This record gives sequence, C-alpha cells and structure tokens, in this order.
Amino acid sequence: MSSETLSPSHWALGRLSWDVVPMAHEPIVLATFIAVVLGGLVVLAGITKFRLWGPLWRDWICSIDHKRIGIMYMILGLVMLLRGFADAVMMRLQQAMAFGDNMGYLPPHHYDQIFTAHGVIMIFFVAMPLVTGLMNYLVPLQIGARDVSFPFLNNFSFWMTTAGAVLVMVSLFLGEFSTSGWLALSNLGAQSPSTGLDYYIWALQIAGVGTTLSGINLIVTIIKMRAPGMSLMKMPVFTWTALCTNALIVASFPVLTAALVLMSLDRYVGTNFFTNELGGNPMLYVNLIWIWGHPEVYILVLPAFGVFSEVVATFSKKRLFGYTSMVYATVCITILSYLVWLHHFFTMGSGASVNTFFGITTMIISIPTGAKIFNWLFTMYKGRIRFELPMMWTVAFMVTFAIGGMTGVLLAVPPADFVLHNSLFLIAHFHNVIIGGVVFAMFAGINYWFPKAFGYKLDRTWGVRSFWLWLVGFWVAFTPLYVLGLMGVTRRANHFEDQSLQIWFVIAAIGAAMIAAGIGCFLVQLVVSFLKREQLRDWTGDPWDGRTLEWATSSPPPNYNFAFTPVVHEIDAWWDMKKHGYKRPLAGFQPIHMPANTGAGVVISGLSLVFGFALIWHMWLLAAVSFAAVVLAAIIHTFNYKRDFYIPASEVISTEEARTLQLARHV
Amino acid sequence: MSDIRIHAGAAAGALAPREYHLAHEPHPENGTALGFWLYLMSDCLIFAALFATYGVLGRSYAAGPTGAQLFDLTLVAINTAFLLLSSITFGFAMLRKQLGDVKGTLLWLAVTGVFGLCFLGLELYEFSHLLHEGAGPQRSAFLSAFFTLVGTHGLHVTFGLIWLVVLMVQIGKHGLIPENNRRLMCLSMFWHFLDVVWIGVFTFVYLMGVL
Repeated sequence: MSSETLSPSHWALGRLSWDVVPMAHEPIVLATFIAVVLGGLVVLAGITKFRLWGPLWRDWICSIDHKRIGIMYMILGLVMLLRGFADAVMMRLQQAMAFGDNMGYLPPHHYDQIFTAHGVIMIFFVAMPLVTGLMNYLVPLQIGARDVSFPFLNNFSFWMTTAGAVLVMVSLFLGEFSTSGWLALSNLGAQSPSTGLDYYIWALQIAGVGTTLSGINLIVTIIKMRAPGMSLMKMPVFTWTALCTNALIVASFPVLTAALVLMSLDRYVGTNFFTNELGGNPMLYVNLIWIWGHPEVYILVLPAFGVFSEVVATFSKKRLFGYTSMVYATVCITILSYLVWLHHFFTMGSGASVNTFFGITTMIISIPTGAKIFNWLFTMYKGRIRFELPMMWTVAFMVTFAIGGMTGVLLAVPPADFVLHNSLFLIAHFHNVIIGGVVFAMFAGINYWFPKAFGYKLDRTWGVRSFWLWLVGFWVAFTPLYVLGLMGVTRRANHFEDQSLQIWFVIAAIGAAMIAAGIGCFLVQLVVSFLKREQLRDWTGDPWDGRTLEWATSSPPPNYNFAFTPVVHEIDAWWDMKKHGYKRPLAGFQPIHMPANTGAGVVISGLSLVFGFALIWHMWLLAAVSFAAVVLAAIIHTFNYKRDFYIPASEVISTEEARTLQLARHV
Repeated sequence: MSDIRIHAGAAAGALAPREYHLAHEPHPENGTALGFWLYLMSDCLIFAALFATYGVLGRSYAAGPTGAQLFDLTLVAINTAFLLLSSITFGFAMLRKQLGDVKGTLLWLAVTGVFGLCFLGLELYEFSHLLHEGAGPQRSAFLSAFFTLVGTHGLHVTFGLIWLVVLMVQIGKHGLIPENNRRLMCLSMFWHFLDVVWIGVFTFVYLMGVL
C-alpha cells in the first residue's frame, strides 16, 4: 500500500485493470470461462423463460425455512464438488505426464494455484456446506421443532458461505488464486504482491462469519428447541454429533478468524506478526492455523459418524448398539480434538517431550473412534440387514476408514512422522479418512434422506454404479500414493525426474478417472430418479421403516414440519410411536407460529462480497462505501420488527387433510 | 380412515397407549440469551488468540521501544476509569428499564455513550501519540501485537457505540417493548464483556508491560 500511488483512479479501481484477466495467455482458463459464461446464460435464460425469478426470490433466496436452506447448502456443496474435482483431475493428469523431459501441461505457478484451490474448495466449500446442509435439514426435524432458533441468521449464514464460494470462483477469471497451499502454511505468498492470498483471506473470512453464526444457531436450536420428553440422552445420535460439531465450530473458527486477521494485517498494514524480521514469528501462524485446523477435520467427520449411526440402525432393524458409549465417544473426540494440533508439525522442532505428548494424545483419539466402529459392527450383528444404498456406503466406510485410521496412528508416531511428513503417504492418509469418512457419509446421507426431502427415492441401479466406481476408484487412486509416500515422494510437486515412479502416478490417474465416472453416475442417478419419480414415489413419509422423528412427518415435510409438536418417550422416538400403534391426529389443528421470509440476508451478504472484492483489489473507495453499506443494511434490518406470522388453522387443516387422503389412496 | 397409520410388524395395542403429541402450540424458551452468550464466548476466543499472540510476541522489541518506555500509565488509568464507569451507568440504565422508565433508561444510556466516547477519544490520542513517536504497528512484532489487541478492543467499543445509538432510537420509537428489552439485555452483556476484556488488556499489556 505504501509504495503505491494513491491517485484518484487508484482509489476507485485499485490494481484492477485489463492486464489481470488471464484469459488471453491461458487457453485452459479461457475455455473454462467460455463454458461458465455459456452455462450461466443458459441457466439465466431458462429462469427467465419459465418465469421463475419471482418464486426463486420469494421461496428460496429469501427463505428462512431450514429445509430449503439445507437443500441450498447441499446444492452449493455439490456444485463446488465439480469444481474441486476438476482441479483434482488436472493434478492427477499433470503428475501422470510430467516425467523427465516432459514438463506436463501445467506451468508450476498454475499448478500451485490448482492444488491450493482444490484443498480450499473441498474443505470449505464442499465438505462444510454438505455437512452444514445435512445438519440444517435434519436437526430441527429430528428434535421435533418447527425451525431453528434464529431463522434469519440461518439464511444469512448460507449466503455468507455462498459469497465466500463466489470469491473463490471469481479468482479463476480475475487475477489469480493463492499458491501457498490450503492453509497458506508456507506463507510463501505473505510478501507477494499477487492477489492470490487476498482472495484466500477474504473468501475464508466471509464464509467463516456464516459458519460461526450457523454453529451458534444450531447449538441453541438443539439445547432449547427439543420436543418435550427428549432429554439429551434421548436425542438421535446424528443430533448429538451435530451438537458436538457445532460446539467445535464455535470454539475453533474464531481462532481461524484471528489468524487470518493477523495475516491480512501483515499484508495490508505492514505489521510483523509472521514475517522473519523485526521480531515476527512464522511458526506462530502455523500453531494458530492448526489450533483451528485440527478441530476442523473433526467438525467434518463427527456428523459423518452421525449419519452412519442412523443408517446402520435403520438398515439393521435394531436400535443402535451402545447408544450411551456412542455419545461419550463423540464427546471424548470433541475434547481430544483440541489437544493434538501439534502433530501436524512434529518436524518443527518442539523437542521430544512436546512431540511425545501430542503423539500420545493423537493415538488416544483412536480409542473412542474404535469404540464407534465396534458399536456399528455390533449393531449389524444378528440384525436384519438390508443392503440398500445408504448401507452399502456405510459398510464401505467402515473398511476404508479403519484402514485410514491405522495409517493415521502410524503418522502419530513422531519418529515415523519425520520420515513421512509432507510425503504422499500423508496425502493418501487424509484422503483415506476424508473421502472414506466424510464423502462416503454424504453419499449415504443423500441416498438415505433424499426421499424425505423430495418425496421419492433415488434410483438404485445408477446409485450402485456410482458406489462401486467411487469405492474402487478411491483405492486405485490412493493406494499408489501410499506406496510413493513410503518411497519418499513429497507432495505438491509438479514434475519428477525418476521415470520408475511414473507407473504409480498413471495408476492413480486411472483411479481418478474411475471416481470421475462415479460422480457422473451420481449426476445421472439424480436425473434418472427425477424422470422416474412417479415409480419411486414414497407416500408414507417413512420409506425405510425409520426410527427417528424426521420419518414421522410427510415427505417432503410441510413448512411447519409437524402439525402437532411430538412428545418423546424413548431414544428412537418414531420407532417407539410405531410400536405403540400411534395414530396420526386428524382433528384439533391450531394456527402455527412461524418466522417470516426476508431478503436482508442475501443483501448483506452481497454487500460483504463487494467489500471483500474491493479489499482484494485495493479499491479503497469501494471498500469504504460497501463496508458502510453493510453496516447500514444491518441497522435497517434491525428496524424490522415484524419477523413472524401465524399459519392459519384452516391452512393446516387443508394440508393435513390432503395428506390423509394421500395416505388412504396409496397405503 | 383411522387405521391407515398402523404399521405392519408393530404390535399395535399390545402396549399401554401413550401421549405422542401436544394438543397446544408449545412456547419454547427464547434462545437469544444463550445464543448471545455463545457469540460472546466465540468473540472471547478471538481475544484469546490475540492475547496469546501478544504473549508470544510481546517482548519482541526488535531493538525498538519497549512498553516501559511507551506506556503512560496515568492516561491508561483514566481511560480504564471511563470504561468501568460506563459499565456502572449501563447498569443504572438496566435498573430504569426494569421499572419501565423510558426516559431514565435513555438518559443513562446516553451517559454510558459519553463515557464510551471519552474512552475511544483517549485511546485514539494514545495511538496518534505513539505513531508520532515512530512507534507504529510496523516498528516491531511487539507493537504489531499491541496495536492489534488494543485496537480490536477499541473497534468493539466503536461498534458497541453504534449499536447503543441505534437502540436508543428504537427505544425512543417503540418504547420498552419485549424486543427492545431483549436487545438491551444483549447490548448490556456485550458492554460488560468489553469491560472484562479491558481489565485483561490493562493488566496483561499495560501493567505487566511497565514492570
């Protein structure tokens, strides 16, 4: 900032100019840009043609219904999965080619952006939205509530997350993205004048606001809004894992915020937190970022455990084995996840005693996790197992995750870590647990709860194809990386000299191609299921013979979720209701108190997006104006006191009567 | 029609009937207090990270000025008094609110705002003085950490003041209705929280800095 001239045009446009549009000299970017523009135009034209702008704005963009917000999170996660996976394919292709004289097709600088973008997108804008989306959709239904505690904040959180994702996408076409890895660990970019790290900082800061607020929201929802009778130890396990995950979010994301603030001060103001001069300390950044980063992986995997717990109980037709131990294991993992961050940098040189402490705490985590695996196995033991799609993903998870966990324990041994640190062995390990844990859980969850959200099941044939391609593809893609890692190959390299290694990278690329086909089959599964929706329709609201409260209402549920607030007596509330011959009430409906939709969330998030963009490009005038606009819009929103309404009893009656007729006709 | 929901395999009627739904709309307890507490704790963690950063870098003077050379304890003591007094006056505002006295509430909120402004003014004076002496945040890691920790607290006070003004307008407009009382409770918690953080800053940064 100090070296730049602060001329009037600089205040307005900052460093934005035609030179930063990389398309002219990057054919890959140009082709992507054209595809994005054309695709975008088709979508916009379609919305205009079918006159969907009004309903889209009213029913979705302004919606504070937790179910719609949950679905929007899932869509965001799946769209970003395609982008993040495209990055993965590009890396696999480059590494399979670039040996000896062949330099591959990606120059190093571009390659660095791709592995950074892959990590950032997959964690922040794929895994987080998918996990948050599932929690948003399911938690209020599982606890018998009408919505979350702060419905407006929920909408706002979603749009802040989306604004962060938009910023990452913008970096494709304007300027460039960060080259310093998904945690900006090396601080390579800290002094660099490029926009890469600024995109990284502001995308994460804006999305982080959304994540933190949604964490607070869901904790309060779970604590305060459970149906009468549902004590903590009668909550569904998915809700328990959601509670622990959101506690982790609230307790760890502020540290990320602080670390990124300090890094941006280094970049924008010239402070000396993480520099190598005037007393700065780069390792402070590494510590701070991993104090957030390690809980983050448990933020992702705990809800995954919750999904598997629900699936395994339903499809074994037994109550979950060891419910209490499952809850305690979850809480143990939640606490332990704060005591292990240093295992990400044993090689920093903290000394034997510090490394020993963190090595041991890391290994201890495998005990509650192992307890969970045994609980799932014992749930299946002597159960009446149905191998529907969610159950197939669950079994695949148990095998895959157990192996990933074992390589994790291996890495937790500091002397072994000195050999394997930053090698492809590590890459294979964390993909093994994140894909095998989180991604498999998301597919299990999507296949399991899709009929609840949309009223029809997903097609089995294409689901099975997607499943096998993913599972086999995963092992074909990552086993070679274990081998290469043990041979000492480091991560993030875009060219190799040793030709004997090439075969392993070629095998890994074949695995990536299989996963690509798996993703393709999943997309086909969505389309085929939509076309066959009448055959796949579920009228009962309970297609799997489920156990928890979300199956007690219709599919999709009415916007008020339950006509009457349920009363809970036992752990599997809906199973208990069925066992006691529960009859759906047909009379006595009352007006229902609901929160009202608002456009404030998307407006404030849009202004925040402009603010972030202005800061990235040093457009100080726009930054000041948009920041003032954010504050002003928030203040104006507080002057809106009419935030709720009553659904009249007549509307509840007509909705419920329609359902009664539907049930009579189809059951 | 009444038997449509009986499930195959469930031993209907074999067990004693239980109530499975409420006949009337429940009124779940409002979660704002808990939610705001959680927000405050998350904010507290941001401060914790900044305190930790100060703890690591607070003696990295890079051959530049130290806290003992820079800090004017009298000034900081006066500033601390301003902030502590503003907490007391906010308490008085809450007492008036409890009595339903709109005017008294607004009066004490205004006094609180004035104390808050005094605090900010004095802090800005201190900052400008330091910058003038060449002890800006770029000078050393110690000063980077100092300006960031104290400045973050100051930014919080600034937002608290904006919130205070907005809420005074809203109370003037709608009176002490439940929504405004809830907001007043949150702002009160926020204000006292900033006080607590300041006590940490005063002790950890200023007092220990001059030792």
